[in-house]
Amino acid sequence: MSMFRCQGGRYVATFAVDEVRVLRKVASEVVGLLTDGFDHTDPVVGRLFPDVYPDDTASTVEFRRYTEGDLKTAKIDQAGAILAALPDSAEAGGEVRLDAEAAEAWLRALNDARLAMGVRLDISDGTDLGEELDEAVAADPTSSRVFQLSVYAYLGYLQESLLNALID
Amino acid sequence: MGGMAAPQVAPVETPATEEVPVSDRPWVTIVWDDPVNLMTYVTWVFQKCFGYSREKAERLMLDVHHKGKAVVSSGARERMEHDASQLHAYGLWATVDRS
Repeated sequence: MSMFRCQGGRYVATFAVDEVRVLRKVASEVVGLLTDGFDHTDPVVGRLFPDVYPDDTASTVEFRRYTEGDLKTAKIDQAGAILAALPDSAEAGGEVRLDAEAAEAWLRALNDARLAMGVRLDISDGTDLGEELDEAVAADPTSSRVFQLSVYAYLGYLQESLLNALID
Repeated sequence: MGGMAAPQVAPVETPATEEVPVSDRPWVTIVWDDPVNLMTYVTWVFQKCFGYSREKAERLMLDVHHKGKAVVSSGARERMEHDASQLHAYGLWATVDRS
């Protein structure tokens, strides 16, 4: 797995082809969720766009009317920052170099992708990712849940490595 | 930006002298715990959004983690809605309430 490091004011990581594919897929899925698939009844959308007044629907709707368009655009843009920085070819890995602004967009976009996957995978406070993965592998090593859990863990690792490079 | 303040209904009873009337109490932005956001990320977001020191941001993050929620800013309602909206852009679960 790749890690980000700070190099001459840039945040640099070298990705294998599989990592590029996974990142392209999850970023595209977030964009899809925010465009064609946008649906307030989807719990993922509920988590990315929380009710700002949980006990006051009218005020929440009013708040959304003023803020949701900008928030949606920001989230699409930050997922786009991942797609824009990845190596062009889907057939090869390569180096990703981010300036500070792009690095922050990546952090937010990786977080959105993890939030979306966390809802779908039913991640809770008590979830032990290692155990979940072991159980899923024991049930069926080729299942989509095994793949999704692995991707979720990978995105967390990548986000943490970028954050550490940014803070240091 | 954002949200009309609902008209306040005049209180039927005169509030006790030490009590601040509801309509005068400031608003707060609350961040709730969630199982996905990394602790280091939440600390970083508090520093970014509010310019808090690392120490203050960490203390708030730990409050969110251990107590389930924390008040991260307080003030005028529109300001709190702005803060909540910023926090949503970072993926934090933020709500607005009266203090």
